[in-house]
Amino acid sequence: MLPITVGIAPFGIIAGIAATDAGLGLPEAVGFSVLVLAGAAQLAALDLIGRDAPLLVVIMTALIINLRMLMYSASLAPELAHLPRGRRLLGSYWLTDQTYAVSIVRFRDTEVATVDRWWFYAGSALPLWVVWQLTTVVGVLVGDAVPAAIPLGFALPLAFISLLVPTVTDRPAVVAAVVAGTVAVVAAPLPANAGMPLAALAGILAGWVTARRGDRA
Amino acid sequence: MSRTTIAWIAIAAVGLGTYLVRASFLAVAHRVAEIPARWRTPLRLIPPAVLAALVAPAVLRPDGVVVLLGPRAIAGAIALGVAVWTRSVLATILVGLAAAVGLEVLLG
Repeated sequence: MLPITVGIAPFGIIAGIAATDAGLGLPEAVGFSVLVLAGAAQLAALDLIGRDAPLLVVIMTALIINLRMLMYSASLAPELAHLPRGRRLLGSYWLTDQTYAVSIVRFRDTEVATVDRWWFYAGSALPLWVVWQLTTVVGVLVGDAVPAAIPLGFALPLAFISLLVPTVTDRPAVVAAVVAGTVAVVAAPLPANAGMPLAALAGILAGWVTARRGDRA
Repeated sequence: MSRTTIAWIAIAAVGLGTYLVRASFLAVAHRVAEIPARWRTPLRLIPPAVLAALVAPAVLRPDGVVVLLGPRAIAGAIALGVAVWTRSVLATILVGLAAAVGLEVLLG
């Protein structure tokens, strides 16, 4: 758990820096980190806001990125079905890539019901939440102090690269990433940053077709 | 609309939407629900596709012009190697930034 909590620290800092980079301040940075609480979506939204993309593109892009949590919610539901609804609704707020990964591995591995699932879940989620908020604030404070020679804006795509690598686990995922990347480069001049969602859609479709072909073979 | 206004509307909309996605199945977990198998693949492919669509133009088309062997592209390739090799967020960002600065001086 500790490596994961430490591992999100650079992202929190980048989320803070990205906010200042987009011309926003501490309240907006913390607002994103408290209410959205999702690294990739926050970074993408801040990136687009900084480029003056239309509001609708900002919102849709961030929501599409977070659609993957539908999977996490569905996968955790049977494991946490015994909890009172209030705890499940609070747990939903805390659901992130990291809490999901840590919890599902633990829940599936433990055959004996000795582990208290709620406390395990909350115990993983809360430190992550605290570190996320604190490092966001650090990022805002540090962002202004970094010399202009260092292209901090480039830290954003670099952070995306480190998020991308572990998601490319098989052939359909490779196809999805390559097609989406290629279409995004070609379609970049489209107005309203429309190239990005278009490229993501093309990548998902291409990967899906690849997966279906693989199933049949 | 100022950027601050846009940011707060986005925060509210994305925050609410994301919460609804997170709570979707957990909220009704007592009435066991499952995502149909055929929707699992496209959902799983969202992150690689979206992230690649964000990364590729930033490294291959940094100033609106396609530059396949420019400082940003090479720095991105180096960062990709570091990410695959170390799986470390911090190492990827630090090496990538250092490469971008160094290559800018060398090639720019």
